[in-house]
Amino acid sequence: MDELKRTPLHDLHIELGAKMVPFAGYEMPVQYKLGVLKEHLHTREKAGLFDVSHMGQVILSGESVESIALALESLVPVNIAGLAENRQRYGFFTNDAGGIEDDLMIANRGDHLFVVVNAACKTEDMALMRAGLEPKGVTPRLLGDRALLALQGPAAEDVLAGLNPAVREMRFMDVATVELAGAECWVSRSGYTGEDGFEISVPEEQAVDLARALLAHDDVEPIGLGARDSLRLEAGLCLYGHDIDTTTTPVEAALTWAIQKIRRNGGAREGGFPGAEKILAEFDTGASRARVGLRPEGRAPMREGVEIFAKAEGGAPIGRVTSGGFGPTTGTPVAMGFVDIDHAAPGTKLFGEVRGKRLAVEVAEMPFVTQTYKR
Amino acid sequence: MKFTEEHEWLRVEGDVVVVGITTHAAEQLGDVVFVELPEEGTTVSKDDEVVVIESVKAASDILAPLDGEIVEVNSPLADEPSKVNDDPEGEAWFFKMKIEDLSALDDYMDEAAYKNFIG
Repeated sequence: MDELKRTPLHDLHIELGAKMVPFAGYEMPVQYKLGVLKEHLHTREKAGLFDVSHMGQVILSGESVESIALALESLVPVNIAGLAENRQRYGFFTNDAGGIEDDLMIANRGDHLFVVVNAACKTEDMALMRAGLEPKGVTPRLLGDRALLALQGPAAEDVLAGLNPAVREMRFMDVATVELAGAECWVSRSGYTGEDGFEISVPEEQAVDLARALLAHDDVEPIGLGARDSLRLEAGLCLYGHDIDTTTTPVEAALTWAIQKIRRNGGAREGGFPGAEKILAEFDTGASRARVGLRPEGRAPMREGVEIFAKAEGGAPIGRVTSGGFGPTTGTPVAMGFVDIDHAAPGTKLFGEVRGKRLAVEVAEMPFVTQTYKR
Repeated sequence: MKFTEEHEWLRVEGDVVVVGITTHAAEQLGDVVFVELPEEGTTVSKDDEVVVIESVKAASDILAPLDGEIVEVNSPLADEPSKVNDDPEGEAWFFKMKIEDLSALDDYMDEAAYKNFIG
């Protein structure tokens, strides 16, 4: 097995008392001294600092940002050509079967696009982009010299503004180049917690100084991957490889909002991405299953893999939990998963089989907590 | 007090044994969010899974340390699972069991041996 990679913040994690675990080929902090529950709650109350340097940061360069955007639209069913300068959008790479190869963030940084992909998919994504984009004159370059930090929570703006007040001007999904603690940072107002916050790409040699400058603020605690997962789950956000994968279509996954009208049937740039025929047809026909929120009625968490049934006894499973656990903010178990479309309406009473017992669970609207983005 | 390799502590009170998990185990588990206790009156065999505890991270089982009968369970724990983190070796005991032969406890570690065991 390959040696685990380390992020530029590795020694700082150890100094902060992190418990390190292998994740997507990296040695990553799963929690610090506060523990998952308190780290989660702290992020929703004040601000949490996350090291997400394991993610893939990729620059797409070419003749013009317009040509790069149009090229990327051949891989991603999103309106990228219509993405304004200094704006960011969520998207995903699709495959010929209409499934999802990875999800990503795409930013228009003036003369190039900057995309962030999942750590576990970096190699495949680079191969996919090289194959799809290089013939169109677009070069993807995976950056090996930048760290990625996320500062999330209601105090994030005040904390970051202490380093540079310019960030106060940013709105949700804005991107900007901002000097922070002496480093030239690429900042987006976004995140993976449902809270207001920022993701900050910083040159690796300045990453520790920036992290220390942020942690020096009384409101900021370091937060590990454990709380990152419970925060995104409460926020109803998908985790690639669990809630979405190569076999889930965007319509099934309830991600149709990410495919703008211009890329759908009848739009000016309809189709033209892998699996377009199947995916766009599903907009009209509907999918046979759907990703839904699930709220167990009791206290027992329903974790990934729990099978969902329509009845308290008998019958075949009609669905499966893809992410689940305890929601520290809701104070209850929360889950998401796929269920047959006939059972997907919010309020539907279903049963999850936990340790051989069928326990009541209700289909619920997501997110489980109110998102607090600065629109 | 006796200790098992499963990180349970066993305390004799008259003719019953009180069972809980050690501070070390509670720290390793992380924040406990769910506890499922057995029915009082259940007859159990050594190594039966009698309690389910789930932390924010994962589910784990507590095994019956001895053959016997569950005579009392700490029902308030089901409503306040976080007590397992707050006071694992005190208030957060799981169940009391009546056993035939208290000498069976002799096979388990004493505190010094357990400390050595967890390093």
